[in-house]
Amino acid sequence: MMKLDYKIEGGDFTNAGHASSEVKKVLKKLNVDPKITRRVVVSLYEAEVNVVAHAYRGEIFVEISTNKIIIKLVDEGPGIHNVDQAMEEGYSTASEEVRQMGFGAGMGLANINKNTDELNIYSEVNKGTTVEMITYLDKN
Amino acid sequence: MDITTLIKLTNGKLITNTKTEDIDIEFAMASDLMSDVLTLDTVNTMLITGLANLQTIRTAEMSDVHCILLARNKKSTPEMIELAEQNSIIIIESASALFKIAGILYGNGVKALF
Ligand SMILES: Nc1ncnc2c1ncn2[C@@H]1O[C@H](COP(=O)(O)OP(=O)(O)OP(=O)(O)O)[C@@H](O)[C@H]1O
Ligand SMILES: [Mg+2]
Repeated sequence: MMKLDYKIEGGDFTNAGHASSEVKKVLKKLNVDPKITRRVVVSLYEAEVNVVAHAYRGEIFVEISTNKIIIKLVDEGPGIHNVDQAMEEGYSTASEEVRQMGFGAGMGLANINKNTDELNIYSEVNKGTTVEMITYLDKN
Repeated sequence: MDITTLIKLTNGKLITNTKTEDIDIEFAMASDLMSDVLTLDTVNTMLITGLANLQTIRTAEMSDVHCILLARNKKSTPEMIELAEQNSIIIIESASALFKIAGILYGNGVKALF
């Protein structure tokens, strides 16, 4: 098993996507199917940008084993009041600044849901959010 | 469509030193919304956009997009060019409006996704 760990800073749109890029390189080196790789890194990138756009800071924990990839993003931030609502396409509280960066369509979580085999979101208002994404390598 | 033809048709300027010979464009998407671009699941797809920042390049990287055309004189920064080159992504800049570029490419056989 391989474990990777990255830190994310809220508001840092210069480095957003760095972790996703690193994970993409690793998956390529491990010869993971390019279609699965794309689904994993698109999901991770959406989740990474969510921490940058909506939270204060966070950490990404990646676990790659032979049959699955588990990625967990743990952030300190405002949390999500209503996770079901946040999952709806088009729902967004993104600031004007975030919209100017090309985000805030309210599609990220729906995108993640579509691209992962399992998605678990735990959130506590005024504390933070944990997003866990699991992709199976054998059944895809 | 090869990159030389694409540049000629759109009156574009090639900005990156990325190799262009291996790229053959079949589909295009025109959008300024990165999450919209991230729904792509095709290959040989280019992005036509008015959004020029580092996340435009990151989004292309994650979506396996190897050609970005910046419309309406949007300029790429040195950081964008560096990141694009690292990821074998081409950046083309054009003075034409996004609508015009999309029309020309569509009329010359580049397909829409939806
Ligand atoms: N890590 C997070 N912390 C706090 N709120 C979040 C977090 N992730 C998502 N949200 C909330 O859920 C909403 C929907 O998220 P989603 O990713 O679907 O859309 P978005 O980030 O607003 O726009 P897009 O992803 O299309 O650029 C956000 O606008 C925000 O209110
Ligand atoms: Mg989002």
